[in-house]
Amino acid sequence: MKLTGKDWILAGLTGFALLLVLSLLAILLSLVVSNGAPMVTGEFLTESPSADMIHGGIFPAIYGTVFLTLLMTIAGVPVGVATAIYLSEYASPNSKIAMVVRLAVSNLAGVPSVVFGLFGLGFFVLFVGGTIDDVVYGPGEPIFRKPNILWASLTLAVLTLPVVIVTTEEALRTVPRDLRDAALGLGATRFQTIFKVVLPNARGGILTGVILAVSRGAGEVAPIMFCGAANFLPYLPSDLRDQFMHLGYHVYALATQSPNVDAARPTLYGTVFVLLSLTFLLNLVAVLIRSRSRAALRG
Amino acid sequence: MTTAGATPTSPVDDVAPLGRAASASFATPPSAATRPPLGQSFKTPLSHRIAERVIQGLAFTAIAAIVLIFVFIAREALPMFWEHGFAEEVRLADLFAPRAWRGYDVPVYMWQPVGGVPKFNIVPLFIGSLKVTGLAMLFSVPIGIGCAIFVALYLPERAREFVKPVVELLAGVPSVVLGFFALMVLATWAQDAFGFQFRLNAVVAALGLTLAIVPIIFTISEDALQAVPKSLHDAALALGARKYQIALRVVVPAALPGIAAGVILGFGRAIGETMIVLMASGNAAVMEPFNPTSSVRTVTATIAAELGEVANGDPHWRVLFLLGVLLFTVTFFLNLASAIVVRRLQRKLSAT
Repeated sequence: MKLTGKDWILAGLTGFALLLVLSLLAILLSLVVSNGAPMVTGEFLTESPSADMIHGGIFPAIYGTVFLTLLMTIAGVPVGVATAIYLSEYASPNSKIAMVVRLAVSNLAGVPSVVFGLFGLGFFVLFVGGTIDDVVYGPGEPIFRKPNILWASLTLAVLTLPVVIVTTEEALRTVPRDLRDAALGLGATRFQTIFKVVLPNARGGILTGVILAVSRGAGEVAPIMFCGAANFLPYLPSDLRDQFMHLGYHVYALATQSPNVDAARPTLYGTVFVLLSLTFLLNLVAVLIRSRSRAALRG
Repeated sequence: MTTAGATPTSPVDDVAPLGRAASASFATPPSAATRPPLGQSFKTPLSHRIAERVIQGLAFTAIAAIVLIFVFIAREALPMFWEHGFAEEVRLADLFAPRAWRGYDVPVYMWQPVGGVPKFNIVPLFIGSLKVTGLAMLFSVPIGIGCAIFVALYLPERAREFVKPVVELLAGVPSVVLGFFALMVLATWAQDAFGFQFRLNAVVAALGLTLAIVPIIFTISEDALQAVPKSLHDAALALGARKYQIALRVVVPAALPGIAAGVILGFGRAIGETMIVLMASGNAAVMEPFNPTSSVRTVTATIAAELGEVANGDPHWRVLFLLGVLLFTVTFFLNLASAIVVRRLQRKLSAT
């Protein structure tokens, strides 16, 4: 169709909006890459920061982030996948319970991250940790009733639950009904059908959800601020009761609490570069796996 | 799977909720008389039924999480209404109403949690949150919807498949990185361009937030625009409508509920966003609702900045958790509203 007059105005205005967003993204990425990439050397990735955090490396922050997201995945993924299985395989489409679960999931996705921080502190640290201390250790120094990597990872597991549920449910729904019918027809139980036929076929999609959740969880700072992230730690966390350093929290601390922001700038850009590479790489892998598994199911 | 003796049916027929099916098989063990002949008999092993029960139980985690979040934040906040220690330091009315503190001639709304006489008026914080969020919406609603219209209606198929993931990449940028970008880059630009009195202010924070919200509004609006039946588009075309007329009078109105849902979700995200405003807003709790260039302190940034330094059970601690309760309540209803709008849209579109 030929575009004329007002068509060009609308196309121009909306196209400009898109151009604006794309160029801001390009500026952000190019700044981070040009200032951050030169910082990333072997020492930067493997050494501890100096006490003022301006010099040295960021290894403890990388280690803490990986450890944290690993724990988060172990805790959150089984629950998320189970919820998705229930919604897609067991609940009837008109079930009121399933509707409430879905509503809760979409609502959970919209809870502000700082509220998760309050929740982690009020529930995991004070209530669960406090209960463990009372029952197991009795009065005295708090053992579990203080911020640590376990409580932070559980808080993040709740936060990323909706990501896992939504992606997994979508993946389960793309598995053709014929496969289920065939398995049931051969005498498999519903449970066997799900675990031997449906889940293996939805593997790619589930993995996508897990990776997206990890990528989201690795970047969140507000929920872990009061649940275990530390500004600076001279040691690596080796125990679930240890505090930890974190890439995102490190960025926040360097950008706002450093006495000399100009001196901290190179380290700051380097850390942002590592954090952004990590999340983007995970997102990219997720997109690739998703498109490949979709193609496999189609073919 | 249902009662013993039933042959396995396809999931199409067998959609009874798990609970009913499983309990039925517990309640009525098959007697020898009702048992079907060998070969047709089919009984789900106990281990499978237990595993299915576990799955069903885990499915309620999301509901439990919502309830627990509310309960355990409220548990830290609510003692303010009966605790002696709190009443000695803070009057409940001072949380919401202005007061002429010593040294002030007129009643003022003031958030000043540390100092000889702590002042916990939460009104300036909510004004701050609304101001930053309002500005961010002012920027991001036109940009997000504009992007969605361009991508859905003007871009060819192949370019769309490339552009959409790129914009959504922005959604994958951690908010602390966007906060860093607003603090280090956008703030300097904005000050050079407009000569702001304060380098960090509501406009800078809103610009940072815009980067976070545009992908949300864009993705949901674009999906809604795509979901409009092609027949509507073709009918308008056959009647001789121009492309812009089709866009603005046919496709956009049909997708309006979806676009509205995206805007509501974006609003919820903006008002709950923490790291960007914490890093880029300047964090001064001033009461200037209509001055976009003043520094501003939001509800979220207040919680994030102050909770680390407050003693457990302190009046200040209680007030910060009260802020959390209020924030949770606001976003809860925003999310609910957007979910209902989306549901309506789905029903409407599937009916046509």
